[in-house]
Amino acid sequence: MSTTTKLDLASPAPAKPSQGRPRRGLRGSGTFNFWLFTGPFLIGLLIFVYVPIGWSIWLSFFEARFTVTPSTFVGFDNYRFMLENDNFTGALGTFTVFAAIIVPTTWALSLGLALMVNRLRFMRAFFRSVFFLPTACSYVAASLIWKMSVFNGVRFGLANTVLGWFGVENIAWLANPDPPWYWLVIVTARLWLQSGFYMILFLAALQNIPGELYEAAAIDGAKRGWQTFWYITLPQLRATSTAVILLLLIAAYQAFDEFFNLLSKTTWGRPPLVELYYTALGDNQDYGAGSAGAVILTLLIVVVTLFQGKIMGFGRGEESK
Amino acid sequence: MTTTAPEVTKTAPAGGPRGTGRGRGRGRGVMSSTGLYLAIGVAAFFFLIPFYVLIRNALSTDAQITGEEWTLFPTDIQWGNITEPFDDPTVDFGQSMVNSLIVGVLHTVGTLLVCSLAGYGLARIPYRHANKVFYAVLFTLMVPTAVTFVPGFVLVSSLGWIDSYRGLIIPGLFSGFTCFLFRQYFLGFPKELEEAARVDGLGYWGAYWRVVVPNSLNFFAAIATITFINGWNSFLWPLVIGQDPSAWTVQVALSSYMTNQTVNYHLIFMATAISILPLLLVFLFLQRWLVQGIAQTGIKG
Repeated sequence: MSTTTKLDLASPAPAKPSQGRPRRGLRGSGTFNFWLFTGPFLIGLLIFVYVPIGWSIWLSFFEARFTVTPSTFVGFDNYRFMLENDNFTGALGTFTVFAAIIVPTTWALSLGLALMVNRLRFMRAFFRSVFFLPTACSYVAASLIWKMSVFNGVRFGLANTVLGWFGVENIAWLANPDPPWYWLVIVTARLWLQSGFYMILFLAALQNIPGELYEAAAIDGAKRGWQTFWYITLPQLRATSTAVILLLLIAAYQAFDEFFNLLSKTTWGRPPLVELYYTALGDNQDYGAGSAGAVILTLLIVVVTLFQGKIMGFGRGEESK
Repeated sequence: MTTTAPEVTKTAPAGGPRGTGRGRGRGRGVMSSTGLYLAIGVAAFFFLIPFYVLIRNALSTDAQITGEEWTLFPTDIQWGNITEPFDDPTVDFGQSMVNSLIVGVLHTVGTLLVCSLAGYGLARIPYRHANKVFYAVLFTLMVPTAVTFVPGFVLVSSLGWIDSYRGLIIPGLFSGFTCFLFRQYFLGFPKELEEAARVDGLGYWGAYWRVVVPNSLNFFAAIATITFINGWNSFLWPLVIGQDPSAWTVQVALSSYMTNQTVNYHLIFMATAISILPLLLVFLFLQRWLVQGIAQTGIKG
């Protein structure tokens, strides 16, 4: 594309170079410039992304405790160990529960906030900022606020204070897995942190829906509110919704910070990355098993991504560009 | 209903695609508008609670925080708390803030430089194998970066970069996603500007720095803001690399407060507030670019 238009415009003078070989010196050469621009990035990508991936795959077939240059080839033993390991499979279960809660709730909340903010006539910027502001906070900071104050298990925790007004006993939010109140703590923290971000995505998409659609629907007798939402707004947001759900899923898959900080030292509620962290960098420093776990997780997410892309139709999003 | 929708779509491009948001609210009655503000007010209330708790605790004494009754806000505000995290002998909070600042700034500058150049190369410079290279970049998007932390740690430790700025910054610079975003952006950059520059005798390099970059500052600002926030807030990688407390970033320092034996509530909350402050400033001043950047880039992800 870019070559053809460029040659068209510049046709009178450099007619010959279009044969494909470099012009005079290297300045105009595509090949040289291509590597000049992309070289630094590609070298870094090779060293810091491709080499670790390759090294990790290699390590996963070796007995590698406390060493990254192992010599004992063990075949698929590390994979077998991880897949038969209750902690690892349990972590996959934890992720499944987590994703099943956080993806739909964030989707609904961020869409709801976007719909409301989009309708505001006064104080629109103010409310948008309020919902967007938590994006500035880190998961560590939010974990700290949640653990040390809002959901502190003792009486002066905010949630327990409020419940106390209604005569409810103190709840040990994080220290007791039964009933699993810790899910409420983890889910609300993440909702607070990420909803504003996805609200911005939905707001942008809402503003791209042609107003004529709604006018035409009104002429056709569609009732404002539920009907226009169901038949116009939601279908028009399809591409954004698909992208948001995929992003949410990937983000949930990589959840680490809040689990690590809210549930430190506990044995329950460990998602895959936390489990990997303890396997590879914990007391055993089992890089072989840790790498096998990383490979399994990567394969899983690739499969899920492709599968979701297929059922939810990523192709449709492309057309709207 | 469903059948009418497609017909409408065809007529849409004739008019402008603008003017949806505000106009739609016009026909709504007073009641529903009140309900809307009520609902959004309640939501905003809940979203602001954590900020309120943070500020209240940061400016209280421990006795007030752990007291029998919930004090709405301390009457005798403890401004002295502000310096306490910096004087705390157990965690070198000041050093961690400095580390985060250095890492955040260099991470942002480096990522922007490396990824924008590569994005431009992939978008604009004709080369026979450009497509293959682009697929090699796309492939890395499939592998979640966080999953590579085990092998990444292995690599960085064998380079001897544990506990160093190099180890904290360099491995994070080569973001396939940021490169991809720049490529998409440059694909839409007006070609006429570059052609004018080439007529003036500039090569790709000159045209890039003299024409393309100066005309893309909005986009660079948006990506810079997002990159800085992500760098400042990242936790897993600094946790893995920062084995020694002198190499902790502010997030790792905050995390260590939670596992400490003695809990010093007002100090912990003040430290958290201080750690959030730089980003809130970034937010307040750059929100326009940030929103624009997320709207432009997030959807593509």
